Amino acid sequence: MSEGEMARLMEEVEEKKKLIANIRNKPWRMKRRLEHLKDAQQFVDKFEGALGKGKGRKLYAYKVMMTKKWIKFQRDFENFKTACIPWERKIKEVESHFGSSVASYFIFLRWMYGMNLVLFGLTFGLVVIPELLMGLPYGTIPRKTVPRAEQDTAMDYSVLMDFNGYCKYSVLFYGYYNSQRTIGFLKFRLPLSYLMVGLGTFGYSLMVVIRTMARNADVGGGDGEDGEFTFAWKMFTSWDYLIGNSETADNKYASITTSFKESIVDEQENQKDENIHLRRFLRVLANVMIICSLGGSGYLIYFVVKRSQDFATRDDLSWYEKNEVEIVMSLLGLVCPPLFETIAELEDYHPRIALKWQLGRIFALFLGNLYTFLFALFDEVNAKLEEEDSIKNATIWAMKEYYANFTAYNNDSSATAPPINPADIIRGPCWETTVGIEFVKLTVSDIQVTYLTILIGDFLRAVIVRFLNYCWCWDLEAGFPSYAEFDISGNVLGLVFNQGMIWMGAFYAPGLVGINVLRLLTSMYYQCWAVMSCNVPHERVFKASKSNNFYMGLLLLILFLSLLPVVYTIMSLPPSFDCGPFSGKGKMFDVISETIDLDLPAFMGTLFSYAANPGLIIPAVLLMVLAIYYLNSVSEAYINSNNELKKKMQMQRDEEKNRRNNTNSTNQVMKDLEDLLPNRSLAPKAPAESSADNDQGGKPAKVTGKPGTAATGVNLQKDVSLASPNPRIAVTHPPGPRGPGPLPGAETSRSRGRAQPSRN
Amino acid sequence: MGNKQTIFTPQQLDAYQVGHSARREAGLFYRYHNLAPQLVPLDYTSKPDVKLPYELIGSMPELKDNPFRQRIAQVFSEDGEGNMTLDDFLDMFSALSEMAPRDLKAYYAFKIYDFNDDDYICKSDLEKTLNKLTRNELTEDEVRMVCEKVIDESDLDNDGRLSLEDFQHMIVRAPDFLSTFHIRI
Repeated sequence: MSEGEMARLMEEVEEKKKLIANIRNKPWRMKRRLEHLKDAQQFVDKFEGALGKGKGRKLYAYKVMMTKKWIKFQRDFENFKTACIPWERKIKEVESHFGSSVASYFIFLRWMYGMNLVLFGLTFGLVVIPELLMGLPYGTIPRKTVPRAEQDTAMDYSVLMDFNGYCKYSVLFYGYYNSQRTIGFLKFRLPLSYLMVGLGTFGYSLMVVIRTMARNADVGGGDGEDGEFTFAWKMFTSWDYLIGNSETADNKYASITTSFKESIVDEQENQKDENIHLRRFLRVLANVMIICSLGGSGYLIYFVVKRSQDFATRDDLSWYEKNEVEIVMSLLGLVCPPLFETIAELEDYHPRIALKWQLGRIFALFLGNLYTFLFALFDEVNAKLEEEDSIKNATIWAMKEYYANFTAYNNDSSATAPPINPADIIRGPCWETTVGIEFVKLTVSDIQVTYLTILIGDFLRAVIVRFLNYCWCWDLEAGFPSYAEFDISGNVLGLVFNQGMIWMGAFYAPGLVGINVLRLLTSMYYQCWAVMSCNVPHERVFKASKSNNFYMGLLLLILFLSLLPVVYTIMSLPPSFDCGPFSGKGKMFDVISETIDLDLPAFMGTLFSYAANPGLIIPAVLLMVLAIYYLNSVSEAYINSNNELKKKMQMQRDEEKNRRNNTNSTNQVMKDLEDLLPNRSLAPKAPAESSADNDQGGKPAKVTGKPGTAATGVNLQKDVSLASPNPRIAVTHPPGPRGPGPLPGAETSRSRGRAQPSRN
Repeated sequence: MGNKQTIFTPQQLDAYQVGHSARREAGLFYRYHNLAPQLVPLDYTSKPDVKLPYELIGSMPELKDNPFRQRIAQVFSEDGEGNMTLDDFLDMFSALSEMAPRDLKAYYAFKIYDFNDDDYICKSDLEKTLNKLTRNELTEDEVRMVCEKVIDESDLDNDGRLSLEDFQHMIVRAPDFLSTFHIRI
């Protein structure tokens, strides 16, 4: 076989292989698919062996066999992964009762659970377990022991609930970890691992969120504007095929009917003149009111945190005073969103836009609260840092005194003093553990508030409505208060913010990730139960449709915002001198330079010092800025060329319309003549109808996304309608070769090009 | 997962795998079998020619509340009447699953909403769709107005009915299409 033939054969084999890989995307009947598959596989098997003749035949056959095995392994792995996905049946049940929008919350929850599980594995495997197994046990060094003064109350329930006592001096918090450079016989470098895991948490989360966003962006459908295809979309995409329950189906019918009636009324009212000035004034007023309430809530939190710092000095605190900060934050989160919704009634937006505003405002509220909380916390940290200086001196002084006393009492100077009991050594304030405790308390109170809200707001309400209905004057189920609807946006935002707090606090409290994993697990079961037993399906039919990426975008924003405080503290605040894995160092990241100096070979140290040179970094940053600018201008050029092509296609279509108009008039003449002849259906229906449609003026240019393909498709259809029934008219285009009907994915590549290529 | 050895030959399995994962398709087979245990043999190696009547398919819990279930069964069945073989059954749930690509779903959605099977969604098809969606609650005028608006919005080649291209062009931009045109089984 000659070289050219072999190359051609190889190409054909590759094509058949591609066909086999893509066969599930083609809309053929199973029988047809199986036939094609059998043919393709036979062809590949027959010729793949032949291709290997000559040099390297064995190698080629071996390569082919390994590829087949690899594909099979991949397929089995995919099957295994699909089988491992938890809660599939539970979510399906929720979906069939409530529709896909409620179920999307649970799918999001499951995704978060997966991500947190990975973070938990990282933290526990690389930080907590090594310290537990290979580090010094409890009680041996000061940082791991409860101070003498607190030992009496260390096991009390109230103290433990505040995460003091034994909780504070455990692996849960930063302060427990020892700063020994290597521990155990494996020479595990714990401080380095702690820092790397802390930063790696953010890196992994970032990667996962962006990958999910990219995947969702493809599904989102890109550039559909509001109102472009309102009625068409309502008609073809409003029925939710996932519904498997007749009560839900009834609800769905009712809401679809209502939605159609609303749109019809909207359509008829569109001509009405609106008072734009009044509307603008009302909108400005609403925004002013909302900004005022946002400012008010921010100030309230600041005030409460400052008060808690005063409380910290006192001892006789009631339960309310101890938990005031968390209670106030949770209450604000409960009260403000309905307040915003009521104020938003003034604005009179389309529901989808109103929902976006609402979500944005709630987001601003939570963000403001969180950052106010952080700033207040920073004040506290600074106060502790000052305190630390004085205590450090006091500790050193006390040590000197102890040894001086000992040698003074024992005249034998060769005896060495027994070490001080760790419980007695004066302790520094350890600000990192304090910060960790604050975040853990905040998370726990958030969990409690959420669960209580569900219990009271949903379950208790449902019980009251159901049982009080028997002896009440009006119908509780139909009127006020009736059963609750599942608040998708509130729950999703709660989840997103909870995750933000975890990201912020995980560096100072490694146990926080474990607490979160437990919380998500129980949340799944608890909320599934609550939704199935206490909630009713939604009445409104529209969905915040592109919200999948919207929530991911929020998550990304929160990730960046929670990254900032942690990185700031790592870079600029000095670690405590006597607790945590970085004690004794000037800055936390000194651990890295220490590792590079001591553990890595010498040349790597010089390499890193060159790489960290500003003379190298600044050009790199400039290069990246230039790359962004270049890509931006390239994408603008593409958009422009897209618009040009759209205009061209619209012009072509107008030409076609005109040509058909002319043909139509000739058609009528021929038709009159034909009437004299025996009965034959002549004038095709299409031109007659289109002449009526031509009167509709001003059709905006709507085109398919792929330039060049739709044009040929449109032309071909005209050709058929022109050419077939009326051969007496001068045919301007020869009818093109038509495949078997307008099937995408038919064999001919031309008709494949008509539909958009599958983006998978 | 070892049971599937007795249902299909290895070649059949390999071939079917192009459509779905092995586990999914074993699960789907058992659903098919359970619809009519006395008709569907557990051993498919001899490629028996078994067709389940439409009434059994239409009474499945995933389909029984769907107003378009008859059209769905007709589109995916070989004889066009709604009586489905195992191949048709697997085809149907594969096209309606999460994994199916958007163009494939658009194609089948077009076929489902084309009640008179003339490769165009004309006004009568639209009227039938609308009446099924609202269970005949809208007045004649309202129905007529909505159908006119739909053709107005989506008909690109101005022939007064929706061809496959028109339909595809409109539906791939719909943000809800993929999430609503989806049956989980």
